[in-house]
Amino acid sequence: MTKRQLHMKHYIFSLALAFGLLLGSASVQASEEGGLPPAGTSVSDQASLQRGARLFFNYCVGCHSLKYVRYSRIAEDLGLSEQEVMQNLNFTGAKFGETVVSHMPEDSAKQWFGKAPPDLSLEVRAKTADWVNAYLNSFYVDPSRPVGWNNSVFPNASMPFPMWELQGVQTAVKKPGSEDEIEKLELSSPGKMTPEQYRQATRDLTSFLEYVSEPAALQRQKYGIWVLLFLAGFSLLAYMLKKEYWKDVH
Amino acid sequence: MANEVVDHGRRRFLTATTAVVGGVGVVAAVVPFIKSWEPSARAKAAGAPVTVDLSKIESGQQLIVAWRSLPVFVVNRTKAQLDALPSVDSRLVDPKSDQGSADQQPKYAQNENRSIKPEWLVVVGICTHLGCVPDYVPVIKPEPFDPDWKGGFYCPCHKSRYDMSGRVFSGVPAPKNLQVPPYHFVDDKTIQIGVDPKEAG
Amino acid sequence: MANVFTNIGNWVNERAPNMMPAYRKHMTEYYAPKNFNLWYYFGSLAILVLVNQIVTGIFLTMNYKTSAAEAFASVEYIMRDVEWGWLIRYMHSTGASLFFVVVFLHMFRGLMYGSYKKPRELVWILGMLIFLVLMAEAFMGYVLPWGNMSFWGAKVIISLFGTIPVIGDTLVQWIMGDYIPADATLNRFFALHVIALPLVLLLLVVLHIAALHEVGSNNPDGVEIKKGPKGNRWDALKPADGIPFHPYYTVKDLVGVGFFLMIAAFIIFFAPTFGGWFLEHDNFIPANNLATPSHIKPVWYFTPFYAILRMIPSFFGTAVWGVLGMFGAIAVLFVLPWIDAGKVKSIRYRGTGYKVALGLFVVSFFMLGAVGAGITAEVIPEWFGNVDVTFWENLFGRAMTLLYFGFFVFLWFYTRLGWEKTKPVPERVTMHD
Repeated sequence: MTKRQLHMKHYIFSLALAFGLLLGSASVQASEEGGLPPAGTSVSDQASLQRGARLFFNYCVGCHSLKYVRYSRIAEDLGLSEQEVMQNLNFTGAKFGETVVSHMPEDSAKQWFGKAPPDLSLEVRAKTADWVNAYLNSFYVDPSRPVGWNNSVFPNASMPFPMWELQGVQTAVKKPGSEDEIEKLELSSPGKMTPEQYRQATRDLTSFLEYVSEPAALQRQKYGIWVLLFLAGFSLLAYMLKKEYWKDVH
Repeated sequence: MANEVVDHGRRRFLTATTAVVGGVGVVAAVVPFIKSWEPSARAKAAGAPVTVDLSKIESGQQLIVAWRSLPVFVVNRTKAQLDALPSVDSRLVDPKSDQGSADQQPKYAQNENRSIKPEWLVVVGICTHLGCVPDYVPVIKPEPFDPDWKGGFYCPCHKSRYDMSGRVFSGVPAPKNLQVPPYHFVDDKTIQIGVDPKEAG
Repeated sequence: MANVFTNIGNWVNERAPNMMPAYRKHMTEYYAPKNFNLWYYFGSLAILVLVNQIVTGIFLTMNYKTSAAEAFASVEYIMRDVEWGWLIRYMHSTGASLFFVVVFLHMFRGLMYGSYKKPRELVWILGMLIFLVLMAEAFMGYVLPWGNMSFWGAKVIISLFGTIPVIGDTLVQWIMGDYIPADATLNRFFALHVIALPLVLLLLVVLHIAALHEVGSNNPDGVEIKKGPKGNRWDALKPADGIPFHPYYTVKDLVGVGFFLMIAAFIIFFAPTFGGWFLEHDNFIPANNLATPSHIKPVWYFTPFYAILRMIPSFFGTAVWGVLGMFGAIAVLFVLPWIDAGKVKSIRYRGTGYKVALGLFVVSFFMLGAVGAGITAEVIPEWFGNVDVTFWENLFGRAMTLLYFGFFVFLWFYTRLGWEKTKPVPERVTMHD
C-alpha cells in the first residue's frame, strides 16, 4: 500500500466515522421516545392508507379536523376517485378541493371535554407514529374520569374512546400494592374485532395519520432515489475529471 | 516537470461531459423553483368549477358570479334582444367570432348567439381592452354613446361597447369579443362554469 | 460569435481595467498550496450552502406569512399546497443544519493546521464574525415557523439578555417589542433574518476571502509557500508549491460538491427531520404561550453552548455568569491567535501535548452537545440505575465545561513555558507520494 492509499483510507475512515456519528445521534433521538412498541406503519402501503382513511372518517372526523389536508389531495394520493372520496369519506358537505374540517363547534367541544379536540393534521409529526399507535391501543374504562375512559399512554386524556365497539372494553390491572401504577390492560369484554384485527386497524389508522402529517413523503421517496443516482453519476464524472487534471500536479 | 504528454482530447471530453451533466442537474434543480409559481392547491381549490342556479334569473336579467375570482356574467336574454342581434352584425369587428376572436370562446359557443342555449349568455365580464368590468345596459333604446343601441355591455373605462352576445363594436378601443368560459348544463336550470360539456361526460 | 464576446470583453476592459485582473487574482490565478487534503473542501462547501440558503430562502418568503397568526399555517401551506414547496423548505431546513456541520469542520481544520496563526489572524477573526452572525441568523430563522419550539426557544434565548444587571428587563422587552415573544418579535426577526443579517453575512464572506487571498492559504503542513522557492509550470514568479485555483481546485471542489450533495439529498429526500434533530417534533405544534414543550432544548448546533449556560450556576444573586460563560466560549475563540504562542502551525509537527489537548477539546465539545441536548440526562439512569441524575449531569457537564476552557488555558502555558516539543517542519510541502 502506498502512502497515498494509506491516506485515502484514513480519510474515508474519518468521513465514515463523522457520518456514522451523525446517524448514530439521529437514532439515539429516535429511540428516545423509548418504551413504546414500534407502530409498524408504512405510508407506501396504499391499501392500508385507504382502510385507515375509512376509519378516520368513520370514527374521528366527528371531533377532529385535518385542517391542512384537502379531500382532493387524499383522493390523488390514495388512488381514489373524486366520487369515492365524496361519497365514502366526505360527510360534512365540504367541496372536493376543501380541507377536512370537523363539524363540531369549538365552544360546545370545550364544554363537553374541557378543551377543543386538537387538529390531527400534524399529530404524527408532533408525537411520532409509535406514540399515536400505542395511544389508540391503550384506552381503558375508568369511572373516575368525566368521559368514563382513561388512557395508559396519555394519562387523564379527556377523550372518550369511540372505537370501543371495535376493540371491546379494556380494564386496567394495577401493580400489586399500588393505587395508580398500571401493570397491564386486559380485554374484559370483546368487541367486533379480534385483538389481532384491532391491532391491524390501529396500524392502518396510524399510517393514514402519518400520511396526512406529511403528504410530501410520497413524493420524497419517489424522486429521492433518482436524485441520488444522478448525483452519484455526477460525482464519478467529477472525480475522473479531477484525476485527469491532477496528473499535472506533482 | 512538464515532461509527460497531456491527453487534451480526454480532458476536453471529460470537461464537456461533466459540464453537460452538471448543467442538466442545474436545470432539473431549477424546475421545482419555477413550478412553485404555478397556482397552488389552494388557488386551484378556490378556482374550482362554480355551479349556478338559473331558475332565479328572470328574462332580461343579469347575474354576476365569481369564477377563479373573475366576474362571470350570466344573462337570460329576451326574445327581443336575441332578435336584434343580427341587425348590428355590420357594425362589429368579428360578428362570427372566427377572425380575431376565434379563441375567445370554446367551439360549442362559436355561433351567432355565442352560447350553448340561445337565451343563456355566459361571458367573462372583463373588457378585452384593459380589464375593466363593463356595465350591463340591456334596454333597446338610444343611448348617449350609441343612438342605435340594441342592448349590450358598455365599458365605463374607455367606452368600449359590446352587443348582447358580448361581441365588440368597431371603432372602440377593445380588440376582441368578451371571453366565453367553459361551461355546461347540468340540467335545464343549472349550469356549471369551468367544465366543458364533454369533460362533464 | 467569438468575436462578439471579445468585443464585449474589450469594451468592459476599457471602462473597468481592474475588473479582470481582480477576477484572475481571486479565482483563476489564485495560487493555492498543492497539498490540500479532505479538510479543505469545507470552505467551498460553506459557500455552496450559503447560496442554497439564499435561493431557497427567497422562494420561501414568496409564500411565508410574517404574522404570529398565520406563520405556522403558511409553512404547512408551503409543505402541502405549493408545488414543490416541500422540497424548497427541506432544502432550507437541511441546509441550515448542514451549514453548521460544514462550518464546524472548517473551523476544526483551522485549529488542526494553525490557520489562525500569524499572518492569518484577520482571516480567523472575520471567520469568527461569520460564525457569530450565522448563529444569530440561524436562531432567528428557527423562530419563523412559529411552532412551539420556535416560541420557547425565542423566549429562553431572549431571556438571556435579562440577566444583564440593571438594564436586563428593559432590554428583553425592547428586543421582543412585547411582554412575550409575539407578532412584533416575529416581524422584526423576519426582517433581520431575510435581509439585514444575510447582507452582513455576504459582506463578511467577501472580506474573509479577500483577507485570505492577501496572505494566501495555509496548508496541512503549515508551510508558507510564499516563502519557499518560486517558479512552477504555470508561472515563473509564483510559489513553486502553489497551483492555480482554476482548474485544479475547481475540479477538486466539484468532487466535494458531488459527495456533499449526495449526503444532503439523502437527508432531504429520506430523513428530512433527521430523527428530530434537524426539525424537532415539538415544532410541529403551533406556538403556545401557556404550555412549554417537555423537552425544551435548542437545535443541535447550539447545544454545546447552551450546556455551558446551564452548567454554570447563579451566584451573588445573578444568573449572568452562565451567560458570560456561554458567550465566553465563543469569545475565547476570537483571541485564540494570541493565546497560542506556538511557532509551529500544523498538528503534524506539533507536540504531543497539543494533539492530546485538541482531542480532549473535541471530546468536550461533543459531550457538552450531549448535555445540552438532554442525552446525558437520559443515559445516566439507563446506565447507572437509580442515581441523582441532576447531580451527576451537573458534575459531568461542569467537568466538560472545564475541559473546554481548559484547552485554552493549557495552550497558553504550554506554548509559553517551553513545554511543547515540536518536530522539525519541512522546508517544502509534502505530497505523500
